[in-house]
Parts: sequence; C-alpha cells; structure tokens
Amino acid sequence: MDPTPVVGARYMSSWWRSVQPAPKDPILGVTEAFLADPDPDKINVGVGAYRDDNGKPVVLECVREAERRIAGNSNMEYLPMGGSVNMVEETLKLAYGENSELIKDRRIAAVQALSGTGACRLLADFQKRFCPESQIYIPVPTWSNHHNIWRDAQVPQKTYHYYHPESKGLDFAAMIDDIKNAPNGSFFLLHACAHNPTGVDPTLEQWKEISHHIKVKGHFPFFDMAYQGFASGDPERDAKSIRIFLEDGHHIGIAQSYAKNMGLYGQRVGCLSVLCEDEKQAVAVKSQLQQLARPMYSNPPVHGALIVSTILGDPDLKKLWLKEVKVMADRIIGMRTALRGNLEKLGSPLSWQHITNQIGMFCYSGMTPEQVDRLTNEFHIYMTRNGRISMAGVTTGNVEYLANAIHQVTKSA
Amino acid sequence: MDSVFAAIVQAPEDPILGVTVAYNKDQSPIKLNLGVGAYRTEEGKPLVLNVVRKAEQLLVNDQSRVKEYLPILGLAEFNKLSAKLILGDDSPAIQENRVATAQCLSGTGSLRVGAEFLAKHYNERTIYIPQPSWGNHLKVFTMAGLSVKTYSYYDPTTRGLNFQGLLEDLGAAPAGAIVLLHACAHNPTGVDPTVEQWEQIRQLIRSKGLLPFFDSAYQGFASGSLDADAQPVRMFVADGGECFIAQSYAKNMGLYGERVGALSIVCKAADVASRVESQLKLVIRPMYSNPPLHGASIASTILKNSDLYNEWKVELKAMADRIISMRKQLFDALTAKGTPGDWSHIIKQIGMFTFTGLNRDQVAFMTKEYHIYMTSDGRISMAGLSSSTVPHLADAIHAAVTCSS
Repeated sequence: MDPTPVVGARYMSSWWRSVQPAPKDPILGVTEAFLADPDPDKINVGVGAYRDDNGKPVVLECVREAERRIAGNSNMEYLPMGGSVNMVEETLKLAYGENSELIKDRRIAAVQALSGTGACRLLADFQKRFCPESQIYIPVPTWSNHHNIWRDAQVPQKTYHYYHPESKGLDFAAMIDDIKNAPNGSFFLLHACAHNPTGVDPTLEQWKEISHHIKVKGHFPFFDMAYQGFASGDPERDAKSIRIFLEDGHHIGIAQSYAKNMGLYGQRVGCLSVLCEDEKQAVAVKSQLQQLARPMYSNPPVHGALIVSTILGDPDLKKLWLKEVKVMADRIIGMRTALRGNLEKLGSPLSWQHITNQIGMFCYSGMTPEQVDRLTNEFHIYMTRNGRISMAGVTTGNVEYLANAIHQVTKSA
Repeated sequence: MDSVFAAIVQAPEDPILGVTVAYNKDQSPIKLNLGVGAYRTEEGKPLVLNVVRKAEQLLVNDQSRVKEYLPILGLAEFNKLSAKLILGDDSPAIQENRVATAQCLSGTGSLRVGAEFLAKHYNERTIYIPQPSWGNHLKVFTMAGLSVKTYSYYDPTTRGLNFQGLLEDLGAAPAGAIVLLHACAHNPTGVDPTVEQWEQIRQLIRSKGLLPFFDSAYQGFASGSLDADAQPVRMFVADGGECFIAQSYAKNMGLYGERVGALSIVCKAADVASRVESQLKLVIRPMYSNPPLHGASIASTILKNSDLYNEWKVELKAMADRIISMRKQLFDALTAKGTPGDWSHIIKQIGMFTFTGLNRDQVAFMTKEYHIYMTSDGRISMAGLSSSTVPHLADAIHAAVTCSS
C-alpha cells in the first residue's frame, strides 16, 4: 500500500470557493434575530407559530394524550410512499366534508406530505411533469416560500392582483380581470382561508364569482389550506371556499397542513389531494405523486401522522381538538380587538379597522419596511418587513406596548 | 369538467417497495418476505431497539418539550452528534469547523438535498454510481438535475468486486465528476472493497480531482462496529480533501419511518462550510421548509447519553451478529444439500443484503412455487430470515437452481 499522500494544485483549493453566502430567509430569519436580542421587552410577531397569552408555545392536550398512547406502541416501520392511509382518510374528510360523495367514490388522489410546504412542492413537481406548458398564478402578496417552491420545481410563475393597499382589503375587480386574462388552463394558487400574509379573505359571494370565472377559463384551482379551524374557529366554516368550488364541479387540488391547527409544526404533517374524474384516474394520479415522493424522501415521517390519526379517529379526542382549536382562534380574534382598541385609544390618526376585518394568524398592518425597521431597532419588535404581524405573538401582556410602538412609528405617516 | 390530468397513466410499482405489496397479497402460510431492507427478529417481527423505547419515554415524559418548527437545517445537537458519529469524535474536520451538516429525511432526503446543492453550485453535473446500486439512487440524482453514469462494481462471475473495472472506469471519468460510494455494506450486492482497495480508490479519486459522495446507510450494521464501518469515509476525510456524506438512521437505530438522517459536507475551510450551510437552507426551504422533529430527537437523546449510546452499540452488534449468523446458516444449508454452484459469496458479502446471483426467472420461480418474495435482481434481505425459515429458503434456491432451464 502506497502511503504517499496525494497533493496537487487542484487539490489545495475548495470546490466551493465561489459559493456566496445565501440571504437569510425573510421569515425564519426574523426569529433568529429575535432570539439573539437580549432586551427584556422584546416581542416576536414574526413567524406564524401560535403562542398562548403568556407568549409560550402550546402543545394541545389532545396531542399530549395522543403521544402518551403512541409512545411504546409504534413499531416505526416505513410508511408506504403515499403515507398513512388512515391519516389521509381523516384529513380528506376535513377538507371535502365528513360524508363527501367524492371520498366514497374514491375520486380523490391523496398522499401524506411534509406539511403544507411539502404538499405544495409535490403539486408543483407534478404540474411540471404532467402539465409542462402551464403556468402558476400566485397572489400578490403571498407567503414568500410559494415563489421558491414553484421556482425550484421549474414551473413558470405569474402573479395575480389580490391585496388592495388603499383599502387594506381585497382588490376583487383586478383579481377577476387577471383570472379572465390568464391563458386557459392556467393553475391558480388560492388561499382557502386566512390569507397569508394579509389576513384578507374573499367573502362567500366573491368566492362564488371567483369560482365561476375560473370555471369559464378552465383553470386548475389549487388551494393552500394551512389554517383550517384556525381562522374562524370552525373548520367547516373555514373550508367553505373549497366546498363552493366542489359544488361548481371543479377538479381541485388541496394542500393541507396540521402545523398550526394541531400545533404539530415540527412534525411536518400534511396532505396533498387532487380530485379526479373517477377512481381509475385517482389511482393513476396517486401512483404518479408517489413517484415524485420516492426520490425526495422515499416515504413520509410516521410520528406526526400517528398523532393526527389517533386524534381524528377517536370521537372524544376529536371533540377535544375542536375545542382547543376554537380557543386558539378566539384568543387571536380577541387580540385583534385589543390591538385595534389600543391604537384608537392612543388617538392614532390612521384607520385600524383592517386589524379586525382581517382574519387568521396574520395582520397586514400597512406599515412600510422603514417603519418596521424602526419598530425593531427602537422597540425590539420583530416582524417581517412587509408589515405582517403574527397576531399569535400578541398577548394581553404586550398588546399595549405593541400598540404604542406602532403608534409612535406611524403617527406622522 | 375535464380533469387537467385526464391523460395520466398509472406509474409502475416501485420495484423494491412493490415486493412487500405483493407479499402482503399472498395468502400462503409459508410466505417469506426477503424484499425490503428492514430488520426482522428471529421471530420475524420488526424490532424497536430498547434504547429507542427509553428515549421515547424520556421525550414523552418531558413536559417542557414543544413541537415548534426546527430550524431549516434541523436539530443542531443532532447534527453535531451525527457528524461526530461518522467522522469520529476527534475529527480535525469537525474541530476546524469545516463540516456543514443538515438534518434531512433519512438517506433519501440527504442524498436529494446534496444532489440539488451540487446541481446548483457545482461545475460538474455528472455523478458516477456503481453498477448495480440501490434502485432509488438513479431517480434521486436525476430528479435533482444531475446526469447519471455508472462505474463497474459487481463481478457476476466471482460475485465479488470488479476492482480493475472500477479503477478503469473512475480513471476515465472527467476531472471533477461526482462519485457515489457506498460507505459500507453495498446495496444490493453486499460486496465491499477491502481496506487496501479503499486506499487505492481514495488515491485515484484524489489524483483525478473527483468529488466523493458517500451513502452511509448501514454504519454499525455491517460489521457490528460503528468505527470499523466508518473507516472508508474517515480515510477520505483524513487526507484533508472534501466530500459529501449522506447518513441514515433507518436501519442502525431502527428508526425507519421516522425519517432520520443527515447530510454532511466536509469543506476545506470553515468560512466555506459556513457559506455552504447557508446555501443548503435555500435548497431545503422550498422542499419541505424544515425537517421532522420526532425521530431526530430520539436519535439525539441516544447519541448524547453515554449509557444509552453504549446500550445502542450492544443492540446494534446483536442485529449485525444475527445477520452474520443467518449468512452462515444459509451457506451451511446449501452446502449440506449439495446445491450446485459456489455459494461462498453468501458469507463473504456483508450487511443486510445478499446478491444471490439468481436470475429473474429463478426468482419468479421461487416466488410462484415457494412464496418467497425478493427483488428480481436476486437480492435477498438477510434480515428477513430466521433459523426456522432458512431451510425453506435453501429448498427454494436448490429447486430454482436445479430445475430451471
């Protein structure tokens, strides 16, 4: 054996010299900065993870109970590529309806996915492979990672009007125009409820019109539903947009996540479903979705799926879950009221009714990046620079401080 | 309304996972599943390690634990411990902060993230994989945007390593090409280079400026020793060069469905590793945002607690020893039956799989007549055997070899 070490010019330098430092993720980078701040009054209203009124993360009671039942009993074998059949079945009921004919007729191709992100990415890869000529239309604004997902899937993206800055509501007319002007058969990304980051949702009447125009153009409606139950407190109510589309006969796709509504964030549990014409097509589509999952992670993680199916499969645990989801949603609605109330009490010259008009975890405050920077630098308040406030980070303990800070940076606006 | 996906045809079953699907459908009481590589006990049951159960209990009893998102790169403690596990506690690469590690979804996820990073940042788009290799390797690298070539590896006539062919093929690879190396217990053949051969491979790879990408799915599972099984990887890191390493805890910790793994990129300098780490996040975020918490927490609990760690090593050796024993029993059974052919490869090969050398027809025969389920390339999972089922398998092989055309 020749012990001579190999040394050469090529060998001396790194392959990665030219790799640039990547920009920080605009959302996740906020929490990093927050954690690094030693100030005692600091507030994190950045990332959308629920906090209780003490500002603490919450593990739902139903989840704790499910975990007690699971510990020691799971054999940790590989799930099938499509994930837990049990968990997927229960998840479809939430989105499509407990007694949905579509489920009974087995028309839905569905696989367990890595939370909402993973579900969107699978759909994007699927779109690229099977509808390579199509484009995805993404609302402005949207969760920033949506752009990354379709870009990495190499699907061309366009945007459609959504948020109306002047009214801090929906730019409905422009949105309809964009739907009409998009080439037939485009893919439209819709937030089923609690739009992220604006909190602005269409009314039911508006949803009906959106559905109509999408149908006329033969577009593919893809719903990202990350907040079912979390928006109004009632999962059935939060799924109304989807049900409208189903009544209209669309063959939709849905990305569902349990990150927020079951507090399973780090477990990465979600589901991608695609409604097909019939069972045969659903079987084919599901097999193709699995072909995309296999070279990404082979099969999805079992633990989170077990938690979900344990809870949803037990009527008492499910009842407990529904109660706990309502508590979370109600607390957020309460904080919206409190924040708006405080700002009005401070005599802010601006209108803050959008705080209570908007729904879900986020409030699109309307603040500029410069104002956000001031909030961070002067008041140690952390949020994304688009002015999005995660209401889950607001508590009875910090709402006055927050309101005052917002007032300070906006009063001369 | 027509579906936009109306024209989609059903995809073929995954060749490996499809074996279990077929096995499950079979009603025969004597059926045997030697398909997918998941460990089974003597009783044919899946095994959850005692240390895993202990770790589970510690986690579930810890009321302070929350389920928040992990960072994009995963559980930091897990990453550090994983790097140490494969590189060695005193690895200079770790001490010098030259290793960028990301928790990923088991081996598959680690390979995919590494491959996507390469497709984005590396100037060479070709990866050489051994012939044969795990079936999913081709799909993972292709989906990531790399172009896949093969290098000679398995010699069917000896049922061992085609070392000359390997050296020639890697010798002919363009400078900078990526080379996939199975760190130990080659899947599907069970044929590993000797230490001396590894040294020659290392010299060749370094002199040609090729980039090694290790797939380490069986550390500790092959020989029973974590350090011995890590030796090839450590040889490459010891020469100061760069490499990629995909680690899986599916088999060696029995965490299969929890999807626990790590990608480590060993770089020449700390500032490079730091930049590489930042870019890894951009690959991961649009794929699944951040990795799953549970499995990595279990692994981390075990790795950082010296009692649990030592207990793990004992349980790991027991699994490896049982497999080695199965190899011996099968070899002895075929020898006793006088089954034609040289079956010594069964005891020479290492790890979970044996590449029997049986052809597709013989495999089909064994499935039909003896209800034995295995992949059509003749690969059997030794972990699926027990003392009580070895005779049945030996009968089947004997019949296939003597009756087949």
